[in-house]
Amino acid sequence: MFDLDRWQEIMSALKKNKLRTFFTAFGVFWGVFMLVIMLGSGNGLRNGVTSDFGDFATNSVFMWTRPTTIPYKGLPRARQYNFKNDDIDALRREIPEIEYLAPRTEGGGGENGNNVIRGTKSGSFSVMGDYPEWNLIDPVVVFNGRFINHADLKEKRKVAVIGNKVYEVLFKPGEQAIGQYIQIRGVYFQVVGVFKPKNSGVSFGGDKEQSIFIPLTTFQRVYNWGDIIGWFAFTSKPGTPAEIVEEKAAALLKRRHSVSPDDKEAIGSFNMQKEYTQMTGLFQGINGLIWIVGIGTLMAGVIGISNIMLVIVKERTKEIGIQRAIGAKPWNIISQIITESVFLTTFAGYVGLVIGVGILEGVNYAIKSSGAESDMFKNPSIDFNMAITALVILVISGAVAGLIPARKAVSIKPIDALRYE
Amino acid sequence: MIRLNGINKSYITGNNKLHVLKGIDLHIKAGEFVSIMGSSGSGKSTLLNLLGILDEYDAGEYFLDNTLIRNQSETKAAGLRNQYIGFVFQSFNLISFKNAMENVALPLYYQNVNRKKRNRIAMDYLERMGLAEWAEHMPNELSGGQKQRIAIARALISKPKVLLADEPTGALDTTTSYEVMQILKEINSEGITIIIVTHENDISHMTNRIIHLKDGLIEHDLVNGKTG
Repeated sequence: MFDLDRWQEIMSALKKNKLRTFFTAFGVFWGVFMLVIMLGSGNGLRNGVTSDFGDFATNSVFMWTRPTTIPYKGLPRARQYNFKNDDIDALRREIPEIEYLAPRTEGGGGENGNNVIRGTKSGSFSVMGDYPEWNLIDPVVVFNGRFINHADLKEKRKVAVIGNKVYEVLFKPGEQAIGQYIQIRGVYFQVVGVFKPKNSGVSFGGDKEQSIFIPLTTFQRVYNWGDIIGWFAFTSKPGTPAEIVEEKAAALLKRRHSVSPDDKEAIGSFNMQKEYTQMTGLFQGINGLIWIVGIGTLMAGVIGISNIMLVIVKERTKEIGIQRAIGAKPWNIISQIITESVFLTTFAGYVGLVIGVGILEGVNYAIKSSGAESDMFKNPSIDFNMAITALVILVISGAVAGLIPARKAVSIKPIDALRYE
Repeated sequence: MIRLNGINKSYITGNNKLHVLKGIDLHIKAGEFVSIMGSSGSGKSTLLNLLGILDEYDAGEYFLDNTLIRNQSETKAAGLRNQYIGFVFQSFNLISFKNAMENVALPLYYQNVNRKKRNRIAMDYLERMGLAEWAEHMPNELSGGQKQRIAIARALISKPKVLLADEPTGALDTTTSYEVMQILKEINSEGITIIIVTHENDISHMTNRIIHLKDGLIEHDLVNGKTG
């Protein structure tokens, strides 16, 4: 495979005009370099934004009540109503497409002053009445103890799972929280778990680190909510679009609460899947654009190579004539020129790839070591497949770039090539 | 070795048709040492190029070693050139980035002879030309006579049956010219057919047969000074 004579010829042709070779190679280098930098940055942007979602259930829907806007069944408009415990069973029964259903009630927060007390320490925190399923929709890391379970719900236990900030305020560093009692709006709860939030980019009602989860049933009883539910969160089963579940649930809840089916305002809802799809679509669009621009830049470089190969072939017309006179077959000449073109393209492209990846890694390192990691930009890099794809494109385009000059080289009759001055 | 029957060749440039060879009949036997003479434009170089399969003819027949040479594919023509014919040019035409030995070895490269072997054979030929100590030198470090001797070594390395030389002494001074002709004579004495194109009488008189071309036709054909 390695043919010293061939490489001697390539090196001689490229060295003859070093500056020209450099500028030609620079075209391809720049194309690949830009492609790598742009793809890497695009990935960084995507990694940054999607990591905010973390393992938040992206097929989730959230639904709450709002005043009605259409009079219906003798009831006036602007009527306030609430979801009820019965709705939980109805949703589960009548909409089989729902995978996880997590009703929630929430109350208390900073506005009313400190609502949570432990001994001499106190703080103002959000208190959520939850189902265990909540932890499947917006998971948290319970690094000590456990999350709320169904037994807690059934027995309306006074147990609480507290955020790490809550722990820091109410407990001394290193103090065991599990089994301790804290007073939430006048009622004592036993701490069964301490958690750390995961998905910082998505938030409902305040800082998650400063939240306390208690069983929904307990919440309703001790704070006199009766059978009122604050709002619903649910996810669709795999394969079912969240939109379908959203429509069905809204229709069902309207029917159960005597809301006009035409009343679009009476139920508020938020479809996470819709937002997520829109966002991933945006990133796909950006990615596509990057490839188009990158390949375009690369093409310009490759056309430069083809151009300069034509010049080289023209300069070497006589030399090629001599080689053919002493027995070089057309294939010898064609393969020589294509090898030269592929070598120049691949070498320049490889340098672009290496420097591009090097810069991305450098930026990555700088971001990490300076702690400037933001929600918008994270881990800019290109994956191995992309690099291989880029190299394959380079080799192919190098061969294509060499094809026209090579054909030109052998299209001249040997005698004309010999006479060429 | 070479037989030409009614060879015609014209060049078309735009609307002008230039009839260069107007029916050449020629027979050259193996081992002859022939010079082709003629004024500029008489068609002598064209004839040599046809013999060297570097160009194609329009009408007639050309037999090289009893093989009809006509409308070859370029790949086949290259093979035939490599196998049968050695070329020596007026301007030497050495490859500038290869040293003397590599230049001599080049025809064997196209025969896929491995590098070690072809360089060894090239050294033998350089030695015959008395240039062994110049083997590693690049062409631009050599004199005209040395370059032409390297070109001759290169032409001989593929063991051709015919050596074609287009004004081999055209770029050399008289002393060097005679040296080169002496070398060609020695090669001819080993049985290789040699055909040279020249316009110098003293050079042509060192050959055994002189063919005079005039306006695309053979004017005289003298073998050892006598009309053939």
